[in-house]
Amino acid sequence: MRYEDVINRRVADVPPSGIRKFFDIVRQMPEAISLGVGEPDFVTPWPIREAAIESIEDGQTQYTSNWGLESLREKIAAYLRMRYHVTYSPQNEVLVTVGASEGIDLALRALVCPGDEVIIPEPSYVSYAPCVTFAGGTPVAAVTTEQDEFALTPEALRAALTPRTKALILPYPNNPTGGVMSRAQLQALARVLEGTDVVVISDEIYSELVYGGHEHTAFAAIEGMRERTITLNGFSKAFAMTGWRVGYACAPHELLAPLFKIHQYTMLCASMQGQVAADRALGRAFETGFEDVRTMVRSYDRRRRLMVSALNDMGLDCFEPRGAFYVFPSIRKTGLTSEDFCTQLLREKQVACVPGTAFGASGEGHIRCSYATSIEKLNEALARIRAFVERL
Amino acid sequence: MFTTLDMHILEILCEDARVSPREIAVMTGSDEATVVTAIDGLRRAGVLVGYQALINWERTEREFVQAVIEVNVVPQREKGFDAIAQRIMQYDEVRSLYLMSGAYDLMVLCEARTLKELAQFVHSRLSVIEGVTGTSTHFMLKTYKYGGMIFEGGADDRRQAVMP
Repeated sequence: MRYEDVINRRVADVPPSGIRKFFDIVRQMPEAISLGVGEPDFVTPWPIREAAIESIEDGQTQYTSNWGLESLREKIAAYLRMRYHVTYSPQNEVLVTVGASEGIDLALRALVCPGDEVIIPEPSYVSYAPCVTFAGGTPVAAVTTEQDEFALTPEALRAALTPRTKALILPYPNNPTGGVMSRAQLQALARVLEGTDVVVISDEIYSELVYGGHEHTAFAAIEGMRERTITLNGFSKAFAMTGWRVGYACAPHELLAPLFKIHQYTMLCASMQGQVAADRALGRAFETGFEDVRTMVRSYDRRRRLMVSALNDMGLDCFEPRGAFYVFPSIRKTGLTSEDFCTQLLREKQVACVPGTAFGASGEGHIRCSYATSIEKLNEALARIRAFVERL
Repeated sequence: MFTTLDMHILEILCEDARVSPREIAVMTGSDEATVVTAIDGLRRAGVLVGYQALINWERTEREFVQAVIEVNVVPQREKGFDAIAQRIMQYDEVRSLYLMSGAYDLMVLCEARTLKELAQFVHSRLSVIEGVTGTSTHFMLKTYKYGGMIFEGGADDRRQAVMP
C-alpha cells in the first residue's frame, strides 16, 4: 500500500510541529536544562489528586453527561461570573472538554466550511493553524509585533478581514509572547467586528497568569461581544493540571450546540476522574479565596522579572510580558536565526529554548523561554545563555 | 503594615534563604535599598527569625537520635504554660517546642548524640522540672519531609522537556 495515496492531503501537507525536533535532541541530554516546558512546575495540589483517588475508590468509573458533571459546570459558570463578569447557563452554555485543546478543535470544526478563513494573531500557539487546516479552512496570520507589545491591533485585524473570514482566534494572554490585551484594546477590536458575522474563539487558558497590575478581561465581557464569542479555558495552567486534560467551552446555547454535537459523537465526555479533580480544584479555590492561585502567580511574577532583567542585561532585548509563563526575547543582535540560535545553544550549553518560528514565520528573530522552572535552574540556564551569547 | 514586598521577600527566602537583596530587588521590581530596609523591618518585627539550611543528617556520618516527647504540666497561676515552656526551651537538646491542644500540653522535639544521652535528658532534666507531671517519649526513625521539603522519596521533574 502506498500510504501517501490514502492519507488525507490536508493532513499530510501540515508540517510536523517544529518543537518535536528539539524534544528529540533534549531527550538525549540528561544534563540539559529545559526552558521549553509548557506547563507549570507544580504538581497538582494533593487535595485535588485526592478527590480523584476517592472517586476511583468510590467506583465512579462511568461516563459523565456529555455536557460534563453538573456540579463542575455550575462551578465553572460561577467562576466565570465572579472572576470575569460573564454569565453562562450551566445547563446548556458550558461544555466540559478534554482540555481547552478539544475546545479549539470543536469550535473550528463546528464553524469552518471549505474556503472559510480564520484569522490567527501571530506568533501564537502551534495548534491553531493546523486545526484550521484540518477543519478544511484557511488560516490567515495577523502579525503582532513587539512595538505593540504583541497585542492584536485593530489595523492588523481590519487588514486580515475578508468576506470569507469566518472566525478570529483571540489567544490572550499569549503563548509564546506573554502579551496581554487590555479592556480598551479589546474594545477597539470589538468595534472592528461589530456588524460582521465573525465569531471570536477566545482562548483564555492563561487568564489567571497575569502580572504587573494587569487584569484579565474576558472577550465575552466586552459589550455586545458575548453573542459572537466562544470562550475557551481550562484547568491546566491555573491549577497545575495539564495531564488531567480538562477544559471547557462556553458560548450562547445556539453557538455552543454544534460544538456539543461533535463532542457528543466523538469524545463523549472528559474523563470522570479529571472532572472530579477539576470540581475539587474550583471548590477549593472558592473556599480559600484563590489563595493557592495568588501564591503561584506571585511566584511566577518573580521569575518573570528575573528573566526579563537578566536577558536584557546580556543584550537580548526582551519585551516585558504581562501574562502566561513565557518570555520572548529578540535574538536578532546575535545575527543568528531563531532555529540556529536554539540548536547551537542546546548543543553547546545544554539549554533548551523554542525557536520563535515554531509559532509562525513572524516569530523569526525571537526565542521562547518558559520560566515555569525553579529559580535555581533559571539562574543556571541564564548563566549558560549569557556565556553562549558572549562567545558569539 | 505588611506590604506585598514583605510577602514576596518571605516567600523568596522561605524557598531559598541564599537569595541576595539585589536578586530580590530584580525579582520584585524594587530596588536593593528598599529590600534591605524591608528585610530589616521583618527582622525587627520578629517575623524573620533566622536563616538555616535544611540538612538531611541521616545521609551523613553523624550519630544522633531524635524524639518527640509529650509533656503534661500543671500551668502556673497567671503565667499559664509560658513559665514552664521558658524553662524547657533553655536546653540545647530541645530543638522545637510547641504548646498543644489535646491529650498533652507541650510537645518537645529533642535531639541528642546517643540514646543514652537522650534518656538521661528525659529522666534527669525534663521530668524533674517542677510542674511537669508526666512525659511520653517517641523516638523518630526516619525523616521523610521537613520544613516543607521532601527528604526521602521525592519525585523528579516528570514533565516533557519541550512542549508547545
